[in-house]
Amino acid sequence: MEKRSFDTLIIGAGGGGLRAALQLSQAEARVAVVSKVFPTRSHTVAAQGGVNAALANVLPDNWHWHMFDTVKGSDYLGDQDAIEYMCRAAPRAVYELEHFGVPFSRLDTGKIYQRAFGGQSRDFGGDQAVRTCAAADRTGHAILHSLYQQNIRARTHFFDEYFAIELVHDDAGYFLGAVAMDISSGEPLLIEAKTTILATGGVGQLFRTNTNALVNTGDGMAMALRAGIPLQDMEFFQFHPTGVAGKGMLITEGARGEGGYLLNGDGERFMERYAPNAKDLASRDVVSRAIATEVREGRGVGANRDHVLLKLDHLGADIVKKRLPGIRDMVKTFLHIDPADTPIPVYPTAHYTMGGIPTNRHGQVVVPVQQGAEEPVPGLYAVGECACVSVHGANRLGGNSLLDILVFGRAAANHVIEHLKHQRYHQPIPADALAPALQRLARWNRQARGESIAGLRAQLTKIMEDHCGVFRNEEVLQEGRNAVMALRERLQDAGIEDHSQVFNTARIEAMELENLMDVALATVSSALARRESRGAHSRIDYPERDDQQWLKHSLFNLDPMKMDYKPVRMQPLTVESFPPKKRTY
Amino acid sequence: MKFSIYRFDPDKDAKPYMQDYELDDGLLKSGMMLLDALLLLKARDESLSFRRSCQEGVCGSDGMNINGRNGLACITRLSELNQPVVIRPLPGMPVIRDLVVDLEQFYRQYRNAKPFLINEDPVPEVERLQSPQQREQLDGLYECILCACCSTACPSFWWNPDKFLGPAALLQSWRFLADSRDQATEERLTNLEGPFRLFRCHTIMNCVEVCPKGLNPTRAIGRIKELMVKRSL
Repeated sequence: MEKRSFDTLIIGAGGGGLRAALQLSQAEARVAVVSKVFPTRSHTVAAQGGVNAALANVLPDNWHWHMFDTVKGSDYLGDQDAIEYMCRAAPRAVYELEHFGVPFSRLDTGKIYQRAFGGQSRDFGGDQAVRTCAAADRTGHAILHSLYQQNIRARTHFFDEYFAIELVHDDAGYFLGAVAMDISSGEPLLIEAKTTILATGGVGQLFRTNTNALVNTGDGMAMALRAGIPLQDMEFFQFHPTGVAGKGMLITEGARGEGGYLLNGDGERFMERYAPNAKDLASRDVVSRAIATEVREGRGVGANRDHVLLKLDHLGADIVKKRLPGIRDMVKTFLHIDPADTPIPVYPTAHYTMGGIPTNRHGQVVVPVQQGAEEPVPGLYAVGECACVSVHGANRLGGNSLLDILVFGRAAANHVIEHLKHQRYHQPIPADALAPALQRLARWNRQARGESIAGLRAQLTKIMEDHCGVFRNEEVLQEGRNAVMALRERLQDAGIEDHSQVFNTARIEAMELENLMDVALATVSSALARRESRGAHSRIDYPERDDQQWLKHSLFNLDPMKMDYKPVRMQPLTVESFPPKKRTY
Repeated sequence: MKFSIYRFDPDKDAKPYMQDYELDDGLLKSGMMLLDALLLLKARDESLSFRRSCQEGVCGSDGMNINGRNGLACITRLSELNQPVVIRPLPGMPVIRDLVVDLEQFYRQYRNAKPFLINEDPVPEVERLQSPQQREQLDGLYECILCACCSTACPSFWWNPDKFLGPAALLQSWRFLADSRDQATEERLTNLEGPFRLFRCHTIMNCVEVCPKGLNPTRAIGRIKELMVKRSL
């Protein structure tokens, strides 16, 4: 197998991977970025509403209020040291982006435009804040392209359309790089690195209806699981309140931030009942549950009363065109209606993976050692949606995911740069360390038998949607877990008929399904185990939050399969802890 | 619904051919896009190869030639297509397999346009100011998704893909020339001198015709030419 050597390997070229890559390239580290799609096709490109930072360009604001909102939004499951770090670093992260060329929308003062978003307050739970920095409703696109452009300038080395097969580590648990496959030629390539950063994004493709790109299959999470790393807090999956009903395309929270609101079948502005103060700008978990409840209780809209409406027409065509042009285009394309005139049918839709590979605030992957405290895994980092720092806890605030990838992409890179000063040579790669990757590749060269990959994937996403949705209970989760286990067995017998070496997407999809299967198991197992309701995890059989027993992070291990737990880091870096309180909006 | 799709796998095919497919009308729902149909076909024939990701026209993966016109499969309505729907790879690029083309030449020209903000002033501790009017100059430019529909519809680019930057790259040139924060106007214009890099554009306007995001590279190229003329006076 051909081998290339770099200081750092980054797997994934979304915002997290590219922010880290830029920091490393500028520090003259030799960095390789591996991505299964050309970098600007990564899913960061689809982020719409904006990135949170207490710039106070519109109304008074400060990072401490942002921190409070994030802790409260997380339903107190977020680690407060990491949250403090992120909120303090936010203004600088956004200013850096501006200097990189991101075309932010502007206020009349010439400063960066900011809009209201859900779960934001001034003065620790007071009036609505205006904290989300936006480039119209294409903020993710603007950020991803600018980061890629700056990486071109910094001459970062890209391996475009390479699919990462498996991480490489030695017996002592030191991570040494990865085996990737050149999709266009089918050739495997060993990329040796002193440090490896996973930045592979989330796993929205677990669910049949989702806002995510087809590439969001949790590849990094699954590789970590198979390498013996647990996944943290996987039961917390965010359902965005406003996906296009039945289709799933995202309608940004910024639509409500600009003044849009939700209506049920009676024409009632129902969020006033669920969140008397924040109304339509309550946290996403709260709004999603409210919509699902309205529909369950028969107050939905449409022939089947199966959705609600997002009303924007009162804002005036000017605001819709100027502030939400991408949404307007998309709704016109897919629904044949103009949201400046006609309300949009919406329903909660699978959107964001709060859980992921456990890390500390430097992006180092951390695992508990025996029964003791957690320690960094040598050579391995994770950033962005594939990671769990945890800054989002049980529910992420809108505008905090772009912030997460910027702040921790940068932080991880800075930590790597320090590490590289001491780690001057590559560790030797044992001969047998490549075996898992080669076995995985060879497995799909066998003759086809059993079921089709597309069929199994459709069944998996249906199971997850039916058994692991907005509302959950013991019986349904248990059924779901059994079904995923059975399906995972059946995948063993599945095969593909296409054995071409050239751009074989059937093989890629088969390996993606393997990844989805492992992460699905982590998600449904963690959900079954957690017998309380917190943030996005709503158990109708355990409707209350239970801080006595459950103020702790879940850890799912694949082999042997078991749940483990670790405490939430309640102590911030410099300020007082925010103790758990009842959460109302 | 009937489809005729370009197939070529260099691993097993001596030469390219067109393959007919048919989808039962029962499988087709109203409002479906071409990508939905391709995904249904791929579920039946896993060897059919194409790129796709976001499914909503923002990632730019699934540019292809649809009934003779470049476009994105994910935002092309099935109901608006004549049958059989003839689908070919983006024209003028080397085919890797089926509808997947090698875009390296396209990306290289993008890089040649120096598509990044250049500002050599000391870095301020806050944002650089830009008025809403200055920022408006970037509308219609920054939204490009690099799908390559425009450049691969351009006869000038077909003839000289190694010398003419092409509409997508030149749109980016203007995006930075038009940015009040960028200071590299001289350098950018010098970079575009000569008979090919910029001036091979003969305002055929195929790029404008096909851009799935409604952008106008020809107008951007015109603006660059104006700047060039002004500079030479």
